[in-house]
Amino acid sequence: MCLGIPGEVIEILSDRPDLARVDVSGVTRAINIGLVADTGIAPGDWVLIHVGFALSKIDETEAKAAMDFLESIGKAYDDEIAALRESHIL
Amino acid sequence: MRFVDEFRDAEKARALASKIAGLCEPGREYKFMEVCGGHTHTIYKHGLEDYLPEAITLVHGPGCPVCVIPMGRIDDAISIARQPEVLMTSFGDMMRVPGSDGNFFDSNAEGTTIRMVYSPLDSLKIARQNPDRDVVFMAIGFETTTPSTAMTILRAAADGIDNFSIFCNHITIIPAIKAILDSPDLRLDGFIGPGHVSTVIGCHPYEFIAGRYGKPIVVAGFEPLDILQAIYQLMLQLKENRSEVENQYSRVVPWEGNPTALRVINETMQLRPYFEWRGLGFISHSALRIRDEYARFDAELKYHIPGVRVADPKACQCGEVLKGVLKPWECKVFGTACTPETPIGTCMVSPEGACAAYYNFGRFTRTRVREASTR
Ligand code: SF4
Repeated sequence: MCLGIPGEVIEILSDRPDLARVDVSGVTRAINIGLVADTGIAPGDWVLIHVGFALSKIDETEAKAAMDFLESIGKAYDDEIAALRESHIL
Repeated sequence: MRFVDEFRDAEKARALASKIAGLCEPGREYKFMEVCGGHTHTIYKHGLEDYLPEAITLVHGPGCPVCVIPMGRIDDAISIARQPEVLMTSFGDMMRVPGSDGNFFDSNAEGTTIRMVYSPLDSLKIARQNPDRDVVFMAIGFETTTPSTAMTILRAAADGIDNFSIFCNHITIIPAIKAILDSPDLRLDGFIGPGHVSTVIGCHPYEFIAGRYGKPIVVAGFEPLDILQAIYQLMLQLKENRSEVENQYSRVVPWEGNPTALRVINETMQLRPYFEWRGLGFISHSALRIRDEYARFDAELKYHIPGVRVADPKACQCGEVLKGVLKPWECKVFGTACTPETPIGTCMVSPEGACAAYYNFGRFTRTRVREASTR
Protein backbone atom coordinates (compact mmCIF):
# COMPACT_ATOMS: atom_id res chain seq x y z
CA MET A 1 0.00 0.00 0.00
CA CYS A 2 2.88 2.37 0.74
CA LEU A 3 5.02 1.18 -2.17
CA GLY A 4 5.18 3.44 -5.19
CA ILE A 5 5.36 1.22 -8.24
CA PRO A 6 6.46 2.42 -11.69
CA GLY A 7 4.23 1.82 -14.67
CA GLU A 8 4.46 2.72 -18.35
CA VAL A 9 1.49 4.49 -19.88
CA ILE A 10 0.13 2.53 -22.84
CA GLU A 11 -2.88 4.64 -23.73
CA ILE A 12 -5.12 7.34 -22.34
CA LEU A 13 -8.73 6.15 -22.45
CA SER A 14 -10.56 8.19 -25.07
CA ASP A 15 -13.88 8.24 -23.22
CA ARG A 16 -12.27 8.83 -19.80
CA PRO A 17 -9.27 11.16 -20.14
CA ASP A 18 -8.63 10.89 -16.38
CA LEU A 19 -7.82 7.20 -16.82
CA ALA A 20 -4.92 5.48 -18.54
CA ARG A 21 -3.98 1.92 -19.26
CA VAL A 22 -0.54 1.20 -17.83
CA ASP A 23 1.85 -1.70 -17.86
CA VAL A 24 3.33 -2.61 -14.50
CA SER A 25 5.76 -5.52 -14.69
CA GLY A 26 3.68 -7.11 -17.42
CA VAL A 27 0.34 -6.53 -15.69
CA THR A 28 -1.92 -4.18 -17.64
CA ARG A 29 -4.47 -2.23 -15.63
CA ALA A 30 -6.40 1.01 -15.76
CA ILE A 31 -5.23 3.66 -13.30
CA ASN A 32 -6.24 7.24 -12.59
CA ILE A 33 -3.92 9.97 -13.89
CA GLY A 34 -5.92 12.95 -12.67
CA LEU A 35 -3.29 13.95 -10.10
CA VAL A 36 -0.58 14.33 -12.75
CA ALA A 37 -2.75 15.59 -15.60
CA ASP A 38 -1.11 19.01 -15.63
CA THR A 39 2.28 17.45 -16.43
CA GLY A 40 0.85 16.34 -19.78
CA ILE A 41 0.81 12.54 -19.67
CA ALA A 42 1.20 10.68 -22.99
CA PRO A 43 1.73 7.06 -24.02
CA GLY A 44 5.33 6.02 -23.36
CA ASP A 45 5.59 8.14 -20.18
CA TRP A 46 6.44 6.52 -16.87
CA VAL A 47 4.54 7.25 -13.68
CA LEU A 48 4.86 6.24 -10.05
CA ILE A 49 1.62 4.60 -8.93
CA HIS A 50 0.13 4.50 -5.43
CA VAL A 51 -3.12 2.60 -4.82
CA GLY A 52 -4.36 3.04 -8.37
CA PHE A 53 -3.33 6.68 -8.86
CA ALA A 54 -0.31 8.10 -10.64
CA LEU A 55 1.30 10.41 -8.09
CA SER A 56 4.29 11.62 -10.08
CA LYS A 57 5.83 11.42 -13.50
CA ILE A 58 9.32 9.94 -13.57
CA ASP A 59 11.88 9.34 -16.28
CA GLU A 60 12.60 5.96 -17.77
CA THR A 61 15.98 5.54 -16.06
CA GLU A 62 14.40 6.16 -12.66
CA ALA A 63 11.55 3.78 -13.52
CA LYS A 64 13.98 0.99 -14.42
CA ALA A 65 16.08 1.57 -11.30
CA ALA A 66 12.98 1.62 -9.11
CA MET A 67 11.75 -1.59 -10.74
CA ASP A 68 15.07 -3.39 -10.12
CA PHE A 69 14.98 -2.26 -6.54
CA LEU A 70 11.36 -3.33 -5.99
CA GLU A 71 12.03 -6.74 -7.51
CA SER A 72 14.90 -7.14 -5.07
CA ILE A 73 12.69 -6.59 -2.02
CA GLY A 74 10.62 -9.68 -2.74
CA LYS A 75 7.39 -10.37 -0.92
CA ALA A 76 6.15 -6.83 -0.29
CA TYR A 77 6.41 -6.10 -4.01
CA ASP A 78 4.90 -9.43 -5.04
CA ASP A 79 1.95 -8.71 -2.77
CA GLU A 80 1.52 -5.27 -4.30
CA ILE A 81 1.52 -6.68 -7.85
CA ALA A 82 -0.89 -9.43 -6.79
CA ALA A 83 -3.21 -6.76 -5.37
CA LEU A 84 -2.93 -4.72 -8.57
CA ARG A 85 -3.84 -7.81 -10.57
CA GLU A 86 -7.12 -7.94 -8.63
CA SER A 87 -7.84 -4.30 -9.35
CA HIS A 88 -10.65 -3.51 -11.80
CA ILE A 89 -11.65 0.08 -11.52
CA LEU A 90 -13.58 0.27 -14.78
CA MET B 1 33.21 -6.13 9.17
CA ARG B 2 30.93 -8.54 7.41
CA PHE B 3 28.31 -7.47 4.93
CA VAL B 4 25.00 -9.21 4.72
CA ASP B 5 22.75 -9.50 1.69
CA GLU B 6 24.98 -7.99 -0.96
CA PHE B 7 23.17 -5.71 -3.35
CA ARG B 8 23.91 -4.38 -6.79
CA ASP B 9 25.79 -1.32 -5.65
CA ALA B 10 27.52 -2.79 -2.64
CA GLU B 11 30.88 -1.43 -3.82
CA LYS B 12 29.54 2.10 -4.06
CA ALA B 13 27.87 1.62 -0.70
CA ARG B 14 31.20 0.79 0.89
CA ALA B 15 32.80 3.86 -0.64
CA LEU B 16 29.98 6.02 0.71
CA ALA B 17 30.21 4.33 4.09
CA SER B 18 33.87 5.19 4.39
CA LYS B 19 33.13 8.82 3.52
CA ILE B 20 30.50 8.78 6.26
CA ALA B 21 32.98 7.27 8.71
CA GLY B 22 35.44 10.03 7.84
CA LEU B 23 32.93 12.62 9.05
CA CYS B 24 32.46 11.08 12.50
CA GLU B 25 33.96 13.14 15.28
CA PRO B 26 35.77 11.01 17.83
CA GLY B 27 33.67 10.30 20.90
CA ARG B 28 30.46 11.62 19.38
CA GLU B 29 27.34 9.47 18.90
CA TYR B 30 24.86 10.19 16.13
CA LYS B 31 21.20 9.25 16.06
CA PHE B 32 19.14 9.68 12.90
CA MET B 33 15.48 8.82 12.57
CA GLU B 34 14.14 7.42 9.33
CA VAL B 35 10.55 8.58 9.44
CA CYS B 36 9.17 6.30 6.75
CA GLY B 37 8.45 2.58 7.02
CA GLY B 38 9.69 2.09 3.46
CA HIS B 39 13.14 3.21 4.60
CA THR B 40 12.99 0.89 7.60
CA HIS B 41 12.24 -1.96 5.21
CA THR B 42 15.30 -1.19 3.03
CA ILE B 43 17.57 -0.70 6.05
CA TYR B 44 16.78 -4.14 7.44
CA LYS B 45 16.52 -5.91 4.12
CA HIS B 46 19.98 -4.81 3.08
CA GLY B 47 21.54 -4.72 6.52
CA LEU B 48 22.51 -1.07 6.01
CA GLU B 49 23.37 -0.63 9.67
CA ASP B 50 26.27 -3.03 9.10
CA TYR B 51 27.79 -0.57 6.66
CA LEU B 52 27.73 2.31 9.12
CA PRO B 53 30.24 3.19 11.79
CA GLU B 54 29.13 2.16 15.26
CA ALA B 55 28.80 5.79 16.31
CA ILE B 56 25.74 6.10 14.03
CA THR B 57 22.42 4.65 15.13
CA LEU B 58 19.32 4.60 12.96
CA VAL B 59 16.08 5.03 14.84
CA HIS B 60 12.83 3.88 13.27
CA GLY B 61 10.07 6.42 13.20
CA PRO B 62 6.27 6.44 13.13
CA GLY B 63 5.86 6.51 9.33
CA CYS B 64 3.97 3.27 8.84
CA PRO B 65 0.25 4.07 8.75
CA VAL B 66 -0.83 0.54 9.65
CA CYS B 67 1.42 0.62 12.70
CA VAL B 68 -0.04 3.76 14.22
CA ILE B 69 -3.73 2.84 13.89
CA PRO B 70 -5.08 2.62 17.44
CA MET B 71 -7.03 -0.48 18.42
CA GLY B 72 -10.20 1.49 19.00
CA ARG B 73 -10.38 2.42 15.30
CA ILE B 74 -10.30 -1.26 14.32
CA ASP B 75 -13.17 -1.86 16.72
CA ASP B 76 -15.02 1.09 15.17
CA ALA B 77 -14.50 -0.33 11.68
CA ILE B 78 -15.81 -3.73 12.75
CA SER B 79 -18.81 -2.09 14.34
CA ILE B 80 -19.62 -0.36 11.03
CA ALA B 81 -19.09 -3.63 9.14
CA ARG B 82 -21.64 -5.30 11.43
CA GLN B 83 -24.48 -3.13 10.09
CA PRO B 84 -26.63 -5.46 8.00
CA GLU B 85 -26.27 -3.75 4.59
CA VAL B 86 -22.62 -2.82 4.93
CA LEU B 87 -19.89 -4.23 2.72
CA MET B 88 -16.59 -2.90 3.94
CA THR B 89 -13.34 -2.64 1.98
CA SER B 90 -9.80 -1.80 2.97
CA PHE B 91 -6.20 -2.34 1.96
CA GLY B 92 -4.83 -5.86 2.46
CA ASP B 93 -2.43 -4.72 5.19
CA MET B 94 -5.38 -3.86 7.43
CA MET B 95 -6.84 -7.35 7.54
CA ARG B 96 -4.56 -8.72 10.24
CA VAL B 97 -4.36 -5.66 12.49
CA PRO B 98 -5.71 -6.77 15.85
CA GLY B 99 -8.67 -4.98 17.41
CA SER B 100 -9.74 -5.65 20.98
CA ASP B 101 -11.93 -8.52 19.78
CA GLY B 102 -9.95 -9.93 16.87
CA ASN B 103 -9.05 -8.71 13.41
CA PHE B 104 -11.02 -8.32 10.16
CA PHE B 105 -10.63 -12.01 9.27
CA ASP B 106 -12.04 -12.98 12.66
CA SER B 107 -14.86 -10.53 12.14
CA ASN B 108 -15.65 -12.02 8.72
CA ALA B 109 -15.75 -15.49 10.26
CA GLU B 110 -18.57 -14.12 12.39
CA GLY B 111 -20.53 -12.83 9.43
CA THR B 112 -19.25 -9.41 8.34
CA THR B 113 -18.02 -8.77 4.80
CA ILE B 114 -14.71 -6.93 4.83
CA ARG B 115 -12.94 -7.21 1.49
CA MET B 116 -9.39 -6.32 0.52
CA VAL B 117 -9.02 -3.88 -2.34
CA TYR B 118 -6.01 -2.44 -4.12
CA SER B 119 -7.45 1.03 -4.64
CA PRO B 120 -10.32 3.13 -3.28
CA LEU B 121 -11.53 3.16 -6.89
CA ASP B 122 -12.04 -0.62 -6.70
CA SER B 123 -14.23 0.08 -3.73
CA LEU B 124 -16.26 2.63 -5.68
CA LYS B 125 -16.73 0.09 -8.43
CA ILE B 126 -17.99 -2.47 -5.91
CA ALA B 127 -20.53 0.15 -4.80
CA ARG B 128 -21.68 0.60 -8.40
CA GLN B 129 -22.06 -3.14 -8.85
CA ASN B 130 -23.90 -3.67 -5.56
CA PRO B 131 -26.62 -1.02 -5.36
CA ASP B 132 -28.33 -2.96 -2.57
CA ARG B 133 -25.25 -2.79 -0.30
CA ASP B 134 -23.74 0.17 1.52
CA VAL B 135 -20.07 0.09 0.63
CA VAL B 136 -17.70 1.64 3.16
CA PHE B 137 -14.02 2.10 2.36
CA MET B 138 -11.78 2.15 5.41
CA ALA B 139 -9.21 4.71 4.28
CA ILE B 140 -5.81 4.78 5.92
CA GLY B 141 -2.46 6.27 5.09
CA PHE B 142 -0.34 9.37 5.01
CA GLU B 143 -0.27 11.93 2.22
CA THR B 144 0.72 9.22 -0.29
CA THR B 145 -2.76 7.66 -0.17
CA THR B 146 -4.87 10.65 0.96
CA PRO B 147 -5.11 12.22 -2.54
CA SER B 148 -6.46 8.91 -3.86
CA THR B 149 -9.25 8.93 -1.32
CA ALA B 150 -9.95 12.58 -2.11
CA MET B 151 -10.18 11.87 -5.85
CA THR B 152 -12.48 8.94 -5.16
CA ILE B 153 -14.83 11.14 -3.12
CA LEU B 154 -14.91 13.67 -5.97
CA ARG B 155 -15.67 10.86 -8.45
CA ALA B 156 -18.45 9.46 -6.28
CA ALA B 157 -19.95 12.95 -6.01
CA ALA B 158 -19.70 13.56 -9.77
CA ASP B 159 -21.30 10.19 -10.54
CA GLY B 160 -23.98 10.63 -7.86
CA ILE B 161 -23.17 7.36 -6.11
CA ASP B 162 -24.96 7.32 -2.79
CA ASN B 163 -24.28 3.82 -1.44
CA PHE B 164 -20.63 4.65 -0.85
CA SER B 165 -18.84 6.22 2.07
CA ILE B 166 -15.40 6.56 3.63
CA PHE B 167 -14.31 5.65 7.14
CA CYS B 168 -11.51 8.17 7.15
CA ASN B 169 -8.30 7.45 9.05
CA HIS B 170 -5.90 9.58 7.05
CA ILE B 171 -3.08 11.05 9.06
CA THR B 172 -0.46 13.67 8.36
CA ILE B 173 3.24 13.21 8.97
CA ILE B 174 4.33 16.67 10.11
CA PRO B 175 2.55 16.74 13.51
CA ALA B 176 3.96 13.29 14.31
CA ILE B 177 7.50 14.48 13.61
CA LYS B 178 6.82 17.50 15.79
CA ALA B 179 5.53 15.27 18.60
CA ILE B 180 8.74 13.26 18.43
CA LEU B 181 10.87 16.41 18.46
CA ASP B 182 8.99 17.61 21.53
CA SER B 183 9.24 14.30 23.34
CA PRO B 184 11.86 14.23 26.09
CA ASP B 185 12.56 10.50 25.56
CA LEU B 186 14.78 10.84 22.56
CA ARG B 187 17.63 13.03 21.39
CA LEU B 188 17.97 12.96 17.63
CA ASP B 189 20.63 14.52 15.43
CA GLY B 190 18.65 14.58 12.21
CA PHE B 191 16.00 13.00 10.03
CA ILE B 192 15.86 10.97 6.86
CA GLY B 193 12.71 12.45 5.31
CA PRO B 194 10.00 10.31 3.71
CA GLY B 195 10.32 10.02 -0.07
CA HIS B 196 6.82 9.35 -1.31
CA VAL B 197 4.94 11.52 1.17
CA SER B 198 7.16 14.34 -0.08
CA THR B 199 6.08 13.84 -3.70
CA VAL B 200 2.75 15.20 -2.43
CA ILE B 201 3.64 17.71 0.30
CA GLY B 202 6.99 18.82 -1.15
CA CYS B 203 9.91 19.96 1.01
CA HIS B 204 8.65 23.26 2.50
CA PRO B 205 6.70 21.66 5.38
CA TYR B 206 9.98 20.37 6.84
CA GLU B 207 11.51 23.81 7.20
CA PHE B 208 10.51 24.14 10.88
CA ILE B 209 12.64 21.08 11.68
CA ALA B 210 15.74 22.73 10.28
CA GLY B 211 14.79 26.22 11.46
CA ARG B 212 13.00 26.07 14.80
CA TYR B 213 14.52 22.80 15.99
CA GLY B 214 17.90 23.19 14.33
CA LYS B 215 17.98 19.60 13.03
CA PRO B 216 19.02 18.69 9.50
CA ILE B 217 16.61 16.67 7.38
CA VAL B 218 17.32 15.01 4.03
CA VAL B 219 14.41 13.69 1.97
CA ALA B 220 15.57 10.36 0.55
CA GLY B 221 14.69 7.67 -1.97
CA PHE B 222 14.25 4.01 -1.07
CA GLU B 223 17.29 2.30 -2.53
CA PRO B 224 20.19 1.41 -0.25
CA LEU B 225 22.43 4.02 -1.89
CA ASP B 226 19.76 6.70 -1.49
CA ILE B 227 19.65 6.11 2.24
CA LEU B 228 23.43 6.05 2.63
CA GLN B 229 23.69 9.21 0.53
CA ALA B 230 21.12 10.88 2.80
CA ILE B 231 23.11 9.86 5.89
CA TYR B 232 26.23 11.29 4.26
CA GLN B 233 24.42 14.59 3.62
CA LEU B 234 23.19 14.66 7.23
CA MET B 235 26.72 14.05 8.54
CA LEU B 236 28.10 16.75 6.27
CA GLN B 237 25.53 19.26 7.54
CA LEU B 238 26.46 18.44 11.14
CA LYS B 239 30.17 18.73 10.38
CA GLU B 240 29.59 22.14 8.82
CA ASN B 241 27.19 23.22 11.57
CA ARG B 242 24.31 23.58 9.17
CA SER B 243 20.70 22.52 9.60
CA GLU B 244 18.84 22.57 6.31
CA VAL B 245 16.19 20.74 4.37
CA GLU B 246 17.87 18.89 1.51
CA ASN B 247 16.26 16.80 -1.21
CA GLN B 248 18.30 13.73 -2.10
CA TYR B 249 15.35 12.30 -4.09
CA SER B 250 14.83 15.22 -6.47
CA ARG B 251 14.56 12.79 -9.37
CA VAL B 252 11.08 11.98 -8.02
CA VAL B 253 10.25 14.63 -5.42
CA PRO B 254 9.60 18.17 -6.69
CA TRP B 255 10.43 20.83 -4.08
CA GLU B 256 6.86 22.12 -4.32
CA GLY B 257 5.20 18.69 -4.11
CA ASN B 258 2.08 17.93 -6.14
CA PRO B 259 -0.21 20.99 -6.10
CA THR B 260 -3.16 19.10 -7.65
CA ALA B 261 -2.99 16.46 -4.94
CA LEU B 262 -2.85 19.11 -2.21
CA ARG B 263 -5.80 20.93 -3.77
CA VAL B 264 -8.08 17.87 -3.90
CA ILE B 265 -7.20 16.90 -0.33
CA ASN B 266 -8.06 20.39 0.82
CA GLU B 267 -11.27 20.41 -1.18
CA THR B 268 -12.64 17.21 0.37
CA MET B 269 -11.04 16.97 3.82
CA GLN B 270 -10.19 19.10 6.82
CA LEU B 271 -8.01 18.70 9.89
CA ARG B 272 -9.47 17.06 12.97
CA PRO B 273 -8.76 18.88 16.24
CA TYR B 274 -6.87 15.79 17.43
CA PHE B 275 -6.45 12.10 16.67
CA GLU B 276 -5.09 9.15 18.59
CA TRP B 277 -1.91 7.51 17.31
CA ARG B 278 -0.93 4.15 18.64
CA GLY B 279 1.99 4.63 20.96
CA LEU B 280 2.15 8.38 20.52
CA GLY B 281 -1.21 9.19 22.10
CA PHE B 282 -3.40 12.10 21.01
CA ILE B 283 -1.71 14.51 18.62
CA SER B 284 -3.40 17.77 17.67
CA HIS B 285 -4.24 18.48 14.06
CA SER B 286 -2.67 15.23 12.97
CA ALA B 287 -5.49 13.62 10.99
CA LEU B 288 -8.18 14.43 8.47
CA ARG B 289 -11.93 14.07 8.31
CA ILE B 290 -14.32 14.53 5.42
CA ARG B 291 -15.40 18.15 4.88
CA ASP B 292 -19.02 19.09 5.64
CA GLU B 293 -19.69 19.66 1.93
CA TYR B 294 -19.08 15.94 1.41
CA ALA B 295 -20.65 14.77 4.68
CA ARG B 296 -22.84 12.27 2.82
CA PHE B 297 -19.67 10.27 2.13
CA ASP B 298 -18.56 10.27 5.76
CA ALA B 299 -19.12 6.86 7.36
CA GLU B 300 -18.53 8.34 10.81
CA LEU B 301 -21.67 10.44 10.37
CA LYS B 302 -23.65 7.77 8.53
CA TYR B 303 -23.16 5.09 11.19
CA HIS B 304 -22.91 5.16 14.92
CA ILE B 305 -19.40 4.21 15.96
CA PRO B 306 -18.45 3.32 19.53
CA GLY B 307 -15.37 5.59 19.40
CA VAL B 308 -14.00 3.95 22.52
CA ARG B 309 -10.36 4.34 23.36
CA VAL B 310 -8.84 0.89 23.90
CA ALA B 311 -5.57 0.47 25.74
CA ASP B 312 -2.93 -1.59 23.95
CA PRO B 313 -2.36 -5.13 25.25
CA LYS B 314 -0.07 -5.11 28.28
CA ALA B 315 2.70 -7.05 26.56
CA CYS B 316 2.75 -4.71 23.58
CA GLN B 317 5.60 -2.22 23.35
CA CYS B 318 4.77 -0.83 19.93
CA GLY B 319 4.58 2.67 21.37
CA GLU B 320 8.23 2.59 22.41
CA VAL B 321 9.20 1.07 19.05
CA LEU B 322 7.25 3.73 17.12
CA LYS B 323 8.90 6.51 19.09
CA GLY B 324 12.29 4.95 18.44
CA VAL B 325 12.93 4.41 22.16
CA LEU B 326 13.09 0.61 21.86
CA LYS B 327 14.52 -1.51 19.08
CA PRO B 328 12.07 -4.20 17.89
CA TRP B 329 14.00 -7.09 19.41
CA GLU B 330 13.99 -5.38 22.79
CA CYS B 331 10.22 -5.92 23.08
CA LYS B 332 9.61 -8.81 25.43
CA VAL B 333 7.23 -10.66 23.11
CA PHE B 334 9.20 -10.07 19.90
CA GLY B 335 9.52 -13.25 17.87
CA THR B 336 7.93 -15.37 20.59
CA ALA B 337 4.31 -14.44 21.27
CA CYS B 338 4.39 -11.74 18.56
CA THR B 339 5.24 -12.83 15.00
CA PRO B 340 3.92 -11.78 11.56
CA GLU B 341 1.57 -14.79 11.65
CA THR B 342 0.20 -13.98 15.11
CA PRO B 343 0.86 -10.29 15.65
CA ILE B 344 0.13 -8.82 19.06
CA GLY B 345 1.12 -5.34 17.99
CA THR B 346 0.69 -3.44 14.72
CA CYS B 347 4.42 -3.08 13.99
CA MET B 348 4.49 -6.81 13.24
CA VAL B 349 1.69 -6.60 10.64
CA SER B 350 2.74 -4.41 7.73
CA PRO B 351 5.97 -5.35 5.92
CA GLU B 352 6.98 -1.76 6.61
CA GLY B 353 6.52 -2.07 10.33
CA ALA B 354 9.84 -2.08 12.17
CA CYS B 355 9.12 -5.37 13.96
CA ALA B 356 8.03 -7.22 10.81
CA ALA B 357 10.98 -5.85 8.84
CA TYR B 358 13.39 -6.88 11.55
CA TYR B 359 11.73 -10.27 11.97
CA ASN B 360 11.87 -10.97 8.24
CA PHE B 361 15.35 -9.76 7.48
CA GLY B 362 17.06 -8.84 10.68
CA ARG B 363 18.67 -12.06 11.66
CA PHE B 364 22.17 -10.81 10.97
CA THR B 365 22.05 -7.13 11.81
CA ARG B 366 24.84 -5.37 13.55
CA THR B 367 23.94 -6.40 17.08
CA ARG B 368 23.77 -10.03 16.17
CA VAL B 369 26.98 -9.87 14.17
CA ARG B 370 28.70 -8.22 17.10
CA GLU B 371 27.33 -10.84 19.49
CA ALA B 372 28.52 -13.58 17.19
CA SER B 373 31.99 -12.11 16.87
CA THR B 374 32.48 -11.80 20.63
CA ARG B 375 31.42 -15.34 21.25
S1 SF4 C 1 7.14 -7.29 18.94
FE1 SF4 C 1 4.93 -7.09 18.62
S2 SF4 C 1 4.11 -6.22 20.49
FE2 SF4 C 1 6.34 -5.93 20.55
S3 SF4 C 1 6.63 -3.88 19.71
FE3 SF4 C 1 6.78 -5.29 17.99
S4 SF4 C 1 4.70 -5.45 17.14
FE4 SF4 C 1 4.54 -4.48 19.16
